[in-house]
Amino acid sequence: MTEELIIAGFGGQGVLSMGKILAYSGIMQNQEVSWMPSYGPEMRGGTANVTVIVSDERISSPILTIFDSAIILNQQSMDKFEAGVRPGGTLLYDPNGITRHPKRKDINIYQVEAARLASEMGNTKIFNMVVLGAYLKIKPVVKMENVILGLKKSLPERYHKLIPLNEDAINAGLKNVIAVQELH
Amino acid sequence: MADITLDQIIKPENLVYTKTKLMTDKVLSYCPGCGHGTAHRITMEVIEELGLEEQTIGIAPVGCSVLAYEFMNIDMQQAAHGRAPAVATGIKRVWPDKIVFSYQGDGDLAAIGTNETIHACNRGENIVIIFINNGIYGMTGGQMAPTTLIGMKSSTSPFGRDAQRMGNPLKITELVAQLPGTYFVTRQAVHTPANVRKTKRAIKKAFENQRDGKPGVSFVEIVSNCNSGWKMTPRDANTWMEENMFPFYPLGDIKVDGKLV
Amino acid sequence: MSELKLMKGNEALAEAAIRAGADAYFGYPITPQSEVIEYLMAEKPHERTGMVVLQAESEIAAINMVYGAAGAGKKVMTSSSSPGISLKQEGISYIAGAELPCLYANVVRGGPGLGTIQPSQADYFQSTKGGGHGDYRQIVLAPASVQEMADFVKDGFELAFKYRIPVLILSDGVIGQMMEKVELFDPIPRLTDAEINEKYPWATTGKKSGTERRIITSLDLDSHKMEEHNHKLQAKYKEITEKEVRYELIDCDDAEYVIVAYGSSARIAQKAVRLARAKGIKVGLFRLITLFPFPSVKMHEMCGKGIKGFLAVEMSSGQMVEDVRLAVNGCSKVAHFGRYGGIVHTPEEVLEALEQKIIGG
Repeated sequence: MTEELIIAGFGGQGVLSMGKILAYSGIMQNQEVSWMPSYGPEMRGGTANVTVIVSDERISSPILTIFDSAIILNQQSMDKFEAGVRPGGTLLYDPNGITRHPKRKDINIYQVEAARLASEMGNTKIFNMVVLGAYLKIKPVVKMENVILGLKKSLPERYHKLIPLNEDAINAGLKNVIAVQELH
Repeated sequence: MADITLDQIIKPENLVYTKTKLMTDKVLSYCPGCGHGTAHRITMEVIEELGLEEQTIGIAPVGCSVLAYEFMNIDMQQAAHGRAPAVATGIKRVWPDKIVFSYQGDGDLAAIGTNETIHACNRGENIVIIFINNGIYGMTGGQMAPTTLIGMKSSTSPFGRDAQRMGNPLKITELVAQLPGTYFVTRQAVHTPANVRKTKRAIKKAFENQRDGKPGVSFVEIVSNCNSGWKMTPRDANTWMEENMFPFYPLGDIKVDGKLV
Repeated sequence: MSELKLMKGNEALAEAAIRAGADAYFGYPITPQSEVIEYLMAEKPHERTGMVVLQAESEIAAINMVYGAAGAGKKVMTSSSSPGISLKQEGISYIAGAELPCLYANVVRGGPGLGTIQPSQADYFQSTKGGGHGDYRQIVLAPASVQEMADFVKDGFELAFKYRIPVLILSDGVIGQMMEKVELFDPIPRLTDAEINEKYPWATTGKKSGTERRIITSLDLDSHKMEEHNHKLQAKYKEITEKEVRYELIDCDDAEYVIVAYGSSARIAQKAVRLARAKGIKVGLFRLITLFPFPSVKMHEMCGKGIKGFLAVEMSSGQMVEDVRLAVNGCSKVAHFGRYGGIVHTPEEVLEALEQKIIGG
């Protein structure tokens, strides 16, 4: 199994930390992982993206141009990365703020209203965990118990009290993912 | 007189002065009349008198005193041009119990090394900086220095330093005195026995400050001549220094025990 | 070897410095390697091991702090990225001339000038052919993973002290910024002051009575003595060339063609090898680990055993390829492929270059 994923959105949406939790979850189940961020001006409020690879084998290149899956969280990233999804691959996005929806016919497309759900849960910071839950529903590349372990590993101890809230967010994502287009 | 031989003179009971053992026997490479030799000697005397030789590391600069380590009989490092305060910082930070000093000229300390000087002084490194200011680049043959006075001739200001075209002389000692990281800042000279004694007392105070862990840099400027660079006899050079250098670079303490005088 | 962590290359380098028993790190922030000093500051190594971490006023000051502390027998390092490394070159030349041990890392970005903050391998010449002034060399280690970013800190310090030479970890923005699994080595205690005095009879720690004073300098105004000193340096470089070459051969046993690469390019090349093998092309990867010393002997030997062509893949317009050409010395075809200016080549591009420039060309 090898999953090559890009997560792309705005800086501050938790794109990088979502990737990190996923990578840590992979380590928890003895898989090889890599996490490669875009860096530079993006760190300061512009677009941010990270490519994550979770694999049973040693990972050669951490740089991806074609993705098994893409998680898209803003319009710029939709414009930039829709084309990079492998035919037959998966695109998951939050429709919030999206005006040009994906048009590809050869990929699976899902939506999750993560921004709305997070705000309904009273904490916009868990937005990325809602998205992660939705992704794991479609692509269960890591087991849920390992995600919790991954969360523990990547969060500083002083934030461990927030783990139950993050779990709730993941579950909200799991329950609320909508299939827009599924290939058969 | 003609009957007295050297053997008759060299006797323990006739001994009135002996060179500190912290100066090597190597003949100084400095021009006759230059202040470097005296500045070297009194620095080494202070280290010997304070019993610090086994824990002292000195930094030689680039400039006339690049070979200071040939004459100072202690552990020494030779630094790249201007970088002595950074080198001293590196040593002092990893060996906080050692005594570390840099010995630098005006080009080294106040031109190419201004950044290192200001920041070591501003961080308050617990080091001694001995700064020889003769207003010229001696080693490379008498070019204009950051401290060259207005109107003063050098090989790169052959008609005299012109502020409009060449900028102004830099009073770096007054500048570092303003920084919170300096503890003792003074300006002295070594052209008369009285000045030598005062300067030695200042250097001693500087090393005592470091030994006693007083917070910050102890900075001793010594205004000196460069008779060959200034193209004067040693005596004329000293007179010229008194009449021209001292009015612009007045002698005396500028900051004592962390307080401006 | 037990602790498994997910870390950025830059963070692994910093953590490894603490664990390797480093006495000090002196640095100045620059993208893409600022995480090194950020990590060190956050980790409070002065509490963990007594290690000193200081943010200097410039890269120039930082390398000269390294010079001072190294000259006083301490295990010290710095790191930067390309423009900052250029600023350090004067100090590195002095360190090489004065024969001091130190470790430094360059997380390379694209140039020339201020260039870009994106990954590059365009500092190969600077790293392997001198960089600063004078006839000197340094050992250059090229990590291709976060794991090696950590491991090479330990190895680098060992080599630095073994030969009293600057050792460079030549990384790039990919390896510095990516996160991977890393198994951290067990901490090595810092040397005590007494151990330093005993082990390093050249270090300036204060002249003890009855002993010779110690001088750290790279200056000798007597040209004959300077030539002698240069002979000594060259003998050291020769010994390093004979003893310290490191490389990794992947899928080379039956290969007809070989891709030569290092660092992140080697990772991409490895994927290209897999793509090529899937098409039935017998290609292997010669991954350089030491760039100086360069594995010329092995490369030439492979050439004599029927390798039909070497493709040098690097994120530069063609620097490492010159050493490949020298090693192969006309015995087989050599071509270069690389993207540069901050662009990272894809495995597909590498495969295409192999097919066009080596197999078909």
